[in-house]
Amino acid sequence: MIVLRPPGGRSLRLRPRALAVGAALTLLAVVLGGLTLVGVDRPAPDVPAILAGGGNPADRFILLDLRLPRLATALGVGAALGLAGAVCQSLLRNPLGSPDVLGFTQGAATGALVVVVLGGGSLALGGAAVAGGLATGLLGYALVGRHGLAGHRVVLVGIGVTAILSGVNGYLLTRAPLTDAARAALWLTGSLDGRGWVNALPLLAALAVLAPAILASGRALRMIELGDHLATALGVPVGRLRPLLLAAAVALVSLAAAAAGPVSFVALTAPHLARRLTRAPGPNLLPATLLGAALLVAADLVAQHAIAGQQLPVGVVTGVIGGSHLVWLLAVGRRSGRL
Amino acid sequence: MQTVPSRLAGRAMTLAYERRTVAENLTVAVPDHSFTIIIGPNACGKSTLLRALARLLRPTAGAVLLDGGDIQRRPTREVARVVGMLPQSSVAPDGITVADLVARGRHPHQGLLRQWSRDDERIVAGAMADTGVADLADRPVDELSGGQRQRVWIAMALAQQTPLLLLDEPTTYLDIAHQVEVLDLCARLHEEQGRTLVAVLHDLNQAARYATHLVAMRDGAVVAAGEPRQVVTAALVKEVFGLPCRVIDDPETGTPLVVPAAPRRTGNRHQPA
Repeated sequence: MIVLRPPGGRSLRLRPRALAVGAALTLLAVVLGGLTLVGVDRPAPDVPAILAGGGNPADRFILLDLRLPRLATALGVGAALGLAGAVCQSLLRNPLGSPDVLGFTQGAATGALVVVVLGGGSLALGGAAVAGGLATGLLGYALVGRHGLAGHRVVLVGIGVTAILSGVNGYLLTRAPLTDAARAALWLTGSLDGRGWVNALPLLAALAVLAPAILASGRALRMIELGDHLATALGVPVGRLRPLLLAAAVALVSLAAAAAGPVSFVALTAPHLARRLTRAPGPNLLPATLLGAALLVAADLVAQHAIAGQQLPVGVVTGVIGGSHLVWLLAVGRRSGRL
Repeated sequence: MQTVPSRLAGRAMTLAYERRTVAENLTVAVPDHSFTIIIGPNACGKSTLLRALARLLRPTAGAVLLDGGDIQRRPTREVARVVGMLPQSSVAPDGITVADLVARGRHPHQGLLRQWSRDDERIVAGAMADTGVADLADRPVDELSGGQRQRVWIAMALAQQTPLLLLDEPTTYLDIAHQVEVLDLCARLHEEQGRTLVAVLHDLNQAARYATHLVAMRDGAVVAAGEPRQVVTAALVKEVFGLPCRVIDDPETGTPLVVPAAPRRTGNRHQPA
């Protein structure tokens, strides 16, 4: 533990290990991001020159209009999912309490599918996704009730809600015209193919506003992990803070779903891996955010290049990684009697 | 009771959960610098009263007064600097160390830019020393025994440095030796640091031994309050718990000791024919 005490009565508390993990994850994201920009199979000749305004038009198009927005979307979606997952798991004091298990992601998908079926622009899609996610959140909140927020009930209600919404989503797909349905089905697995700035910017803007606000409540979240009563007794206004933090997490997850589709398991996996790496108790918000971003960029690289000549949707890769992690988590949790 | 100064008191409170009313028109005062212990049968409302006093439950009528003002009107953080509360059987986050958990007691005194001052460091070290857990500082809390864990929680509440400290059944799930250890610790904190302690306890004899002020409750009402010697009588135990008993002097401390009456035996059962 490092304590910095600049003059003026201020003090900061830093964990060296968490700092090192954060730096390593940032470096990893930068390297993988650079790899995405330079390209693996068709290297762009001179990335710095193009970014500075040079290069020939074809290379400029590939880099600025294809690879850069794709990378920005991947970073934004990963960061949003990692952060939202850490917030939810911490608020619910449940390692399974992530937005995809709770049904928020499916709810956002339902909202977006309605727009796909009815026809509408990206802005409408984003709006509908957020509305769908928030509506699912409110529904879950109402079903669980004020007192049962921690524990199995939330997860069970979430599984039920998710099942209902998958049915709704399946129905919406059958109502869509064939071409739209094919596009929607691809979107439903979570994909970064052909993402432009129009997909990335709303999410990045929301992250710029919400991420600092959420990170600033990290100390309060650490207290909420001690239980509502104790947190309140220690001066945290739990009753006011929890709905705000949940709403912020749902908004991030929904906008991420609007940008790339419901990419599965990143929100569940990133906070766990972050905690294992830092070995620090508490929500580990920033490490989870960075890990989510690095994880999604890595998954996208794998998705693009794992099978030669064929692009997988990134959601397939995160699904395989995250699904295995979930199974492992359940096995270990069962053994230690925590789940 | 009106003449004793009291920073924390409940006046004409109705305490209720969503559908169930636990107490009506309940008035109670915590004398300053006392070790107040609340006793009563199961479901008599004693833990509910403690929650109301800690601002964790809002009375549907009446009010809890802190320094003469309605506690509900004070911000959570401000109350947390005056009234500490240790709920029953708290669960520590996975893998947290003793020093980390105790340090969390400093939260109401900290901020985003004031995360760990020299005062914080000194007070946390002091709280761990006072409760005898300084040697365990780097151990994970989930590896400790029940008695050690309870001392760690008390250390956390001490680090909060509140003049008033409320404890909800601090001895639950502990064996008799650890119960005594925790209560001795509370008594010492009360005597040496002059803090006002309020605890809910199950064991009448322990309550009579350690309390300076005893509150006996039944069915959401205070039946008697005062010094243990005045409160704990055979008649009161019969009235509150429905238990016939004799009250004698505790041979160790001279405080009242409740000895339950033995059921009268007729003498002709199980006799060989």
